[in-house]
Amino acid sequence: MSPEATTKTTYRLPIGPIHPALKEPVAFEFEIDGERIVDVRVSLGQVHRSVEWAGMRRNPIQILYLAERICGICSYCHPMAFALAVENIADIEVPERAEYLRVIQAELERICSHILWAGVAAHEIGFDSVLFLTWQMREKVLDLTEYLTGNRITKAITMIGGVRRDITKDMVPKVTEALNYFKDNFEKLRHIFLDDKTFKMRSQGVGILTKEDALQLCACGPTTRASGVKKDVRLDQPYFAYGDLDFDYVTPDILTGEVNGDVYDRIIVRLLEVKQSIELIEQCLDLMPAGDIVSEPKIAKLLATLKKVKGEGIGRMEAPRGEVIHYVKLDENEHPYCWKVRAPTYNNILPWIPMLRGEQIADIPIVAASTDPCMSCTNRVAIVDSGKKYELNREELHKMSVEKTRRLMK
Amino acid sequence: MTKGLSKSFKKALWVYHCNSGSCNGCDIEIIAALCPRYDVERFGIKLVGSPRHADALLITGPVTRQMEDKVKRVFEQMPDPKAVICVGNCGNTGDVFYESYNLVGPIDNIIPVDVHVIGCPPRPEAIIMAVAKAWTKLETLEAKK
Repeated sequence: MSPEATTKTTYRLPIGPIHPALKEPVAFEFEIDGERIVDVRVSLGQVHRSVEWAGMRRNPIQILYLAERICGICSYCHPMAFALAVENIADIEVPERAEYLRVIQAELERICSHILWAGVAAHEIGFDSVLFLTWQMREKVLDLTEYLTGNRITKAITMIGGVRRDITKDMVPKVTEALNYFKDNFEKLRHIFLDDKTFKMRSQGVGILTKEDALQLCACGPTTRASGVKKDVRLDQPYFAYGDLDFDYVTPDILTGEVNGDVYDRIIVRLLEVKQSIELIEQCLDLMPAGDIVSEPKIAKLLATLKKVKGEGIGRMEAPRGEVIHYVKLDENEHPYCWKVRAPTYNNILPWIPMLRGEQIADIPIVAASTDPCMSCTNRVAIVDSGKKYELNREELHKMSVEKTRRLMK
Repeated sequence: MTKGLSKSFKKALWVYHCNSGSCNGCDIEIIAALCPRYDVERFGIKLVGSPRHADALLITGPVTRQMEDKVKRVFEQMPDPKAVICVGNCGNTGDVFYESYNLVGPIDNIIPVDVHVIGCPPRPEAIIMAVAKAWTKLETLEAKK
């Protein structure tokens, strides 16, 4: 922590990297005046595992499995965004059925992630019975995921040019049965989260992110939509089969008629998105054409083609938490020349600062959780200098940058 | 599976969960084990907020450089007798991150591990079984006294 001088009236409260309220390692330093938060500092980097670096030493198929382990909760959108980037470079045509299957998996992941988040949010305000209720519902989603992909968490269903498992006709009844279960229980969840007095007291008017701040800080996903910004990659730049499906931006004014940008609005957006996802899966099951599920089933042949490809591509996808971008550069080599991941939490960390400023200490967990942060997605850089130093301030960074320029000019 | 475990437990087992840089996969499976479907709280297994209250340590993740000293401190803060359970492939072997420059794991290199749980991520059943095994260790230690 930085040893800056403090005035008499404020004091510093360090939280993390290991703290029971945090599910993942991240360190905060709060400047507190009585019960009010004056300033926040966030230091990241505890979950850096050098995924991108390792990726540049593996072939694209191996990277799919590595990308899956960037984050256990977004274990579908990362490999899929990577696959989109590679397809973009190599001009691989994905069969239409696969596009629909990809939508179904993406929406299942969204349901799972949002329900998980709802449980965590309830836990953060001390409403543990709701945590158990939502996680019971989540087990049903996981059952369906396991039925469709074979795994609960890391699904391993992504393949460059398609997916690895089909939904056959005899599987459809079980899927619809599960969807009906979600629909019945959705009403229950909606009632608890939106009508309950405890939730309203703790979430209305707390952690406000204005539309201007959301735009300036480039927030993404449900966090920005709750502030009234209509931004959704699925609609702005349709990928997979989203162009054929009927849906619209989810903003809190659909339900309440006004946008406040507080925690309550973020709950509304996520809940409505769960409902939207259920409807999207139903639409997909109806519209899905027959056909292949992968363009090139032989992996060795696919790898041989990718070895001859040169170029750069971008994979953009609306993950449950927001927009995820993968940049890949192939260089006629077995492994990619460059692979860069930008996870949605990266954008959603800075909005914490305006959200938390002026709030009470007890509101930290629910406000921080309201953006659905995911550290294992985000930590992309670590500075290792004789195994000790991890932070650099602006002057040092500037100095390093200047030195590098000079070095390059020599 | 749990040879040596008496029919009724002498005391409830309190567990502390520490994330040393994992991908969240194992962590959500640990929480899933605590939730209604698997409900380990009916055996008296409970997640606690401080390592000073815990009998067993559930540790996930491959231990990044930044977390090394923190993991050691958590281990040292736990009262004896204690058991350490390493959940997930990356803590046991490094898994897909094995060649990474920012890892000091496997966890074996840092603190002594009693039970290894394999899987990426392991199913809640496997985690519960590991906790039961750690319990056996603690009860055997108790019996020797």
